[in-house]
Amino acid sequence: MTDLRAAVAAGVLGVEEGYRALLRATVDVARAIFHAKASSVFLLDEDADELVFEAVAGGGSESLVGRRFPSSTGVAGWVLVTRQPLVIDDLAQDARFSRDAAESTGYVPRSLMAVPLLVEDRVLGVLEVLDRPNVEPFTLAEMDLLGLLGNQAAIALDLLQRARRARAALNGEGELARFAARLEHASEERQAAGLDLLRALEELLD
Amino acid sequence: MSVLAHESEEELPAWSFPTSAGESSLLPSDWPDRVTREWAWGGATGAGVRVCVLDSGIELDHPLVGTVERSVAVSKDGSEITIADDTAGDLCGHGTACAGIIRSLAPECELTSVRVLGAGYTGSAPVLLAGLEWAIEQGFEIINMSLSTTKKQYVDRLHELADAAYFKRTLLIASAHNMPVESFPWRFAAVISVGSHEAPDPFVVYANPRPPVEFFARGLNVDVAWLGGATINATGNSFATPHVAGICALILGKHRDLTPFQVKSVLHLTALNVGGGA
Repeated sequence: MTDLRAAVAAGVLGVEEGYRALLRATVDVARAIFHAKASSVFLLDEDADELVFEAVAGGGSESLVGRRFPSSTGVAGWVLVTRQPLVIDDLAQDARFSRDAAESTGYVPRSLMAVPLLVEDRVLGVLEVLDRPNVEPFTLAEMDLLGLLGNQAAIALDLLQRARRARAALNGEGELARFAARLEHASEERQAAGLDLLRALEELLD
Repeated sequence: MSVLAHESEEELPAWSFPTSAGESSLLPSDWPDRVTREWAWGGATGAGVRVCVLDSGIELDHPLVGTVERSVAVSKDGSEITIADDTAGDLCGHGTACAGIIRSLAPECELTSVRVLGAGYTGSAPVLLAGLEWAIEQGFEIINMSLSTTKKQYVDRLHELADAAYFKRTLLIASAHNMPVESFPWRFAAVISVGSHEAPDPFVVYANPRPPVEFFARGLNVDVAWLGGATINATGNSFATPHVAGICALILGKHRDLTPFQVKSVLHLTALNVGGGA
């Protein structure tokens, strides 16, 4: 059991870094494809009902990661709640646009593309692309591309959250971790009984 | 009273059509052999049609929106949902954008704002449902819903409300999703679902031969009203939806007695790809 737990731990700890890198790569690609100044992924923290900067490319940089704001703030909040992607230009004209959130980042964009990050019936966050050059009119093909990038970011974010939950469990923050620890230290006979019980539970859940 | 209770108010028998009632009562008397745009909304202003914008609120006194008849906000405190008159306007800009589009097409319609944004993410679905139910109870002719939910536990209730609206002659006009996910209410047959086309004409509607998205309207690079009296350029099915809401307000302003089924038929017959461009 100890070996198994160590192997799982090694896998979980490794992949979390990998998923973070995947998410970061996605915002880098989003920024590059649209020739934009910046791109970010916001993670929805359901417990706190807040959006959290999870990955940032370009203006604003890594110092933003971890910053939070209420989940119904401004355009990102609207996109999150309504599941509808949006593209808007000339935000600078708008004196009140997300002023609090924008000023807290030290960066007020002129244009913004935002798409909800959806996995099955869950919304995990929002992908934003800021300040693409406003030389060519926007097209529906670009809207579709934004949706596809959002889908990729959603998958990365889902994997990252799963890895975090797995790590939390391994760190003893959950009932399953405590159960695993008890099993590790139990006699062979009790281990076998415990595993039988687990299999029965698994069947029940199926 | 629940909006679902209306069915029991109908006189019995509710589900039969006696032949003695004749064959004439189903269509408005002036229904033409060929439905054209001119017949459908030529000369119409939307006067007398009550349109509800279920969204982030509507900014008061925005020059592109004009008079807003009433603004209410739906809020959630614990499990308690409250619907109250509100003066806070728009929390995002989006509802103002939708209202401005409807106003630009139907200058004399009555606009009401129901704000369902602001309760945070976790309160969003119950607040949306409560706002929709309230709007149906108020008997608006049109409810613009440039929003959707993916939460499966609310789908049945949303479905009931969409059907209740349909039978109460309230048109629900809802934004479709251009992403590969299941979301609602736009997928329901009782609503009019809208995606975007690329043409710049606000009156051009295309009928989709491959639903669930039924119609496409202008949703690309639209100049829309935004916060602070501003105008911005915006793209999304969110902005195609109020174009259809505005056109429906014109149709209903001119032909008061049409049912949602008939309005949908008029939209279909006047769609550019169905031959109704005249």
